[in-house]
Amino acid sequence: MLASQFRSKLLTALLLAPAGAWLFVFLVLPFIAIIVFSVGERAPEGGYQAALTMAQYANLPARAAAFWNTLILAPIGALACLLVAYPVAYYLALKAPERWRLILLALIVIPFWTSLLMRTYAWMYILGGRGIPALLAYAGIEDLRLINTPGAVLLGIVYGYLPLMILPIYVSLERLDRRLLEASADLGATPISTFFGVTFRLSLPGMTTGFSLVMILLLGEYLIPTLLGGGKVFFIGNALVDLFLQSRNWPFGSAIAVTLVLVSVVVLFIANRVSARFSGTRQVDLI
Amino acid sequence: MSKSYRDGLPVTSEELVHQLARLKRGSISRRHFLGVTGLGIATAVLGRELGLLPTPAHAAENLGDRMSIATWPNYHDPATFENFTKETGVAVEVNVFGSNEEMLAKLQAGGSGWSLFVPTNYTISTYMKLGLIEPLELAKLTNFDAKSEDKRFTAEGTIDDTVYALPKNWGTTGFAVNTKKLAKPMTTWKEFWDVAMAEGDGRTMVHDYQLTTIGNALKSFGFSFNSLKADELAKAEELLIKVKPHLFAVSSDYQPSMRAGDAWITMCWTNDGAQLHRDIPEIAYVLGKEGGEIWTDFFAIPKDAPNKPAGYALLTI
Repeated sequence: MLASQFRSKLLTALLLAPAGAWLFVFLVLPFIAIIVFSVGERAPEGGYQAALTMAQYANLPARAAAFWNTLILAPIGALACLLVAYPVAYYLALKAPERWRLILLALIVIPFWTSLLMRTYAWMYILGGRGIPALLAYAGIEDLRLINTPGAVLLGIVYGYLPLMILPIYVSLERLDRRLLEASADLGATPISTFFGVTFRLSLPGMTTGFSLVMILLLGEYLIPTLLGGGKVFFIGNALVDLFLQSRNWPFGSAIAVTLVLVSVVVLFIANRVSARFSGTRQVDLI
Repeated sequence: MSKSYRDGLPVTSEELVHQLARLKRGSISRRHFLGVTGLGIATAVLGRELGLLPTPAHAAENLGDRMSIATWPNYHDPATFENFTKETGVAVEVNVFGSNEEMLAKLQAGGSGWSLFVPTNYTISTYMKLGLIEPLELAKLTNFDAKSEDKRFTAEGTIDDTVYALPKNWGTTGFAVNTKKLAKPMTTWKEFWDVAMAEGDGRTMVHDYQLTTIGNALKSFGFSFNSLKADELAKAEELLIKVKPHLFAVSSDYQPSMRAGDAWITMCWTNDGAQLHRDIPEIAYVLGKEGGEIWTDFFAIPKDAPNKPAGYALLTI
């Protein structure tokens, strides 16, 4: 009895060991290092110098604009993704002919095979003076500025993160028990009230998963604001790159990174709560 | 050459490198494409393939069969490395970076594996203080003649009469202006910033590189490019914050926007200015009358270089 219990524990430990070691070395240790850095000082030549001070945290308001931009554009971006993704996922899961479904899903995933950098760089040209504005000039709409605006950043965000939103919603809709829809119709509900009473509610876990996933990635976004925002729409990710690689102020960068992690945890927590409240289950589908 | 997998390929590796160089001569600008992409950390293996070619014996010193250097994108003639490999049998691995600060971070972390790298003038004293580079053994550099140097450009390589680095290229930081869009002749940094807030509103770009953007704001008041005085820096800060809403972009990847006509005027390095003017003659390159930056990039050898003999050999070639 004891021996078999021991064996099963050993098995569990062995199975978890690789992932545990990975997380410890590449997540826990670096995070501890960042926390230690964040209470330090910038060395005269840049980098880190040991100290015990909260000065870096006190200095956080100096990057308030970056936090503000991120905290506004990340949820707006995630919401825009959601609005675009939902109809697509709905069509794929409930309306698309069975034999087309796999092909359509593949088409959504295929852009992932090209680097996001290349695709975002392409948008620079599409939105730039020789792209869409030049086309619109033929139609008489002159001097339209698209590139390097918050709108361009938002477009890039929706474009880049759309698949991450479609897939979880698709999964939750695909698993939907069709008999519930029939039951709702049998009980006299209109298609619209069936949608909001049944389909929409049961797809909430997928929506929150997609929303948190996109939102958290957006909190650390760096590339899209740099390329499509022209360096004027400054995210926390941009502030971090600047502090670590240009100003070489690692302690301040670390303090911002720690704060960003805390914000992400709060976002995740809230998303989970919202999902649980509305769908009545505690199902969490983080990929 | 013996039968190998390469025989059936549509292009030879030499041809490929040549084509790549042609492609690169185009529009993508130097430091920032890489800064943005993080490609600076990735490595472009240029010479490894070529290292497989038959090589003459270099009996003088054991140079090994490969070395690694850290440098800037679009910066070297690939033929330099090819010839070096042909002559010495040492394949050159080229690591390209987006900024001096990134280069420093990598070298400071240790184990970079570079036997030669290309820092810019203002960073050399930092490398020296941090003990990351060591004095060059001039006896090994038979092609170097200190008398051929102009101190104005090369002084930073020498600290306390000890030579730590040899000059590679030098250039300036000025601005490029599309004279068809902004016809008024401009000659000063003060005009640059004024135009940015007037005729050039929404059409002006500045580097996302602190050194040059802050330095050229300082210059427009007639202060030193290198000023450390708090009151002068405060004035520069005030100017930059005032100009910011009028800018088209804050980016060092300005060639695409200048070429497309989205931007009309931009802070600009010599080499980019030359490329823009070559392809689009109405884009002129202007140096601010107040003065400004002259930069010199240097060759230096890291203290922990794994293949110093090859580093010296490449410096001598």
